[in-house]
Amino acid sequence: MTNKQKFFYFIYLHRTGLTVTGLSLALLLFPVFENNPYTLGLTNLIAINAIIVLGLNLFIGYAGQISLGHAAFFGLGAYGSAIATVTYEIPPWPAMLLVASIVALVALLIGIPILRLSGHYLAMATLGLNFVVHTVLLQWDEVTGGPSGFSGIPYLSFGNFQFDDEVRLHYLLWGFTLVSLLLCLNLVRSGVGRGLSALAGDEVAAEALGVNTRNAKIKIFVLSAVFASVAGSLFAHCYSFVSPDSFGIFTSTDLVIMVVIGGMGSIWGSIFGAALITLLPEWMDIFETYKDFVHGGILVLVLMFLPQGLVTGLVEMVKIKLALRRQKDAAA
Amino acid sequence: MLQLDQVSKNFGGLPALSDVSFTVPKGKLTALIGPNGAGKSTLINCITGVMKPSSGNIQFQQQKIENLLAYKISRLGISRTFQNLKTFPRLTVLDNVLTGLTSEAGNSMLLAMLRLPDLRHRERQLKLRALESLDRFGLADKANWPAGVLAYGDKKRVELARATVGKPQLILLDEPVAGLNAEETAAVGEQLRLLRRTGHTMLLVEHDMDLVMEIADQVVVLDSGKSIATGTPDEVRRNPLVLEAYLGRMDATA
Repeated sequence: MTNKQKFFYFIYLHRTGLTVTGLSLALLLFPVFENNPYTLGLTNLIAINAIIVLGLNLFIGYAGQISLGHAAFFGLGAYGSAIATVTYEIPPWPAMLLVASIVALVALLIGIPILRLSGHYLAMATLGLNFVVHTVLLQWDEVTGGPSGFSGIPYLSFGNFQFDDEVRLHYLLWGFTLVSLLLCLNLVRSGVGRGLSALAGDEVAAEALGVNTRNAKIKIFVLSAVFASVAGSLFAHCYSFVSPDSFGIFTSTDLVIMVVIGGMGSIWGSIFGAALITLLPEWMDIFETYKDFVHGGILVLVLMFLPQGLVTGLVEMVKIKLALRRQKDAAA
Repeated sequence: MLQLDQVSKNFGGLPALSDVSFTVPKGKLTALIGPNGAGKSTLINCITGVMKPSSGNIQFQQQKIENLLAYKISRLGISRTFQNLKTFPRLTVLDNVLTGLTSEAGNSMLLAMLRLPDLRHRERQLKLRALESLDRFGLADKANWPAGVLAYGDKKRVELARATVGKPQLILLDEPVAGLNAEETAAVGEQLRLLRRTGHTMLLVEHDMDLVMEIADQVVVLDSGKSIATGTPDEVRRNPLVLEAYLGRMDATA
């Protein structure tokens, strides 16, 4: 191998690590160039959404299931942290862990029965879950504050260092997002991840390869719920205020749209999808009023022309083209 | 190695298998033949745990497996290919073969997410083994292609590579040459012979009689859910019951 080939092979071999490093550097330097609090507020929201979408993409994109109710776990995480820190005065960090474990338990108890379902039935069941949680948040005034929301949630802090302005939050939130990204990238490049892809492809084949499909589905459901819960806790501490509106079924559908835009089974696509759908309303005023129409329209178009999702669909198209061309070259 | 004892399977009241008994000896290639609808696929599904037999015992290495779930049977060392291809079109060819090593790659989701050095090391070894297996089936140069673009014959070979990469104790092959042309059939036959030479135990379900008669050590004939003959290819070929099942009853007046 010549040195040039060695260099390219090195890049190819370490492509994942290098891309993560590049993204981390870019995010590290971002507040230096961009200190407009409004813009940083937006990118922070992208980070929160990205965490949920990463987890949801494992469940929808990799394991091939469907959930229209992940805003429920997001909401449980947010309200859990709010209630634990304000009402019970538990310090924020342990509260976040405690809430995540409770949400994991809830997801496990719900997941065992509903993951016997698949397709439309699973979609309806998860949708129902979201309705129940949303209604509880809305109606249980004494605990959740009802429709007017829950305020006075403390900021996260290390000693005296409080995450209270946009720049500090940027590092906190994107730190969490990068860790989630790494965990997901590692998972999908392992035997467990390949088992999930097999499960999405064909359950009988997956079983024949030694994948415990029932357990795998439940595990990945719980994992994605934990991601959503952590994102919820961060959301609560970041804005010090939560209200039930943020955790309705339209949030759930937006999350699914982010997964689809980014691409089923594309970890990098998840971040792209979260970013695009979070930013869309900011770019065009018309989106503010007709947001749900536009999101629905995008979803329909993507599913019609690129059923694997925008990023994954395009990437796969290129891959297949390349493979076919090589096949032709080999034949010639 | 694999022992079936009076295995029956009813769909509703309809018997698909009745009292099928035979043994698959270690290191030999046993072929299972029979006309369409004889119950061959049902039998494979019962062995692999996709369905539970209505009655009877199935023993694999002195262990009863008829009530085990499919993934547990697979982890005992029984791998299979499918009649109607079940490759994963979106995964690369290499990843398809790597799914055959799922149970060796570790089950812990937490360890997978942390990807500690020993897991990286194991992944590298598994990848090497998968590449080796692809090489054996002449597909190493297509390792990074999405499996969906491969030609039909290549997909069949990917399935074979996937079924054999984990060094299983027993390989069930459900019509591995169905739909292949003569040249490809010969190539797969060569692979099967190679596998047998290296001591693999195989149960082959196949319609291609030339292939079966050429490579099988033992032939089991199923007809309407009953096993009507067992023996070497030559014995089976001369068995009047088998001729009747395939050609219909020979009447003197016909």
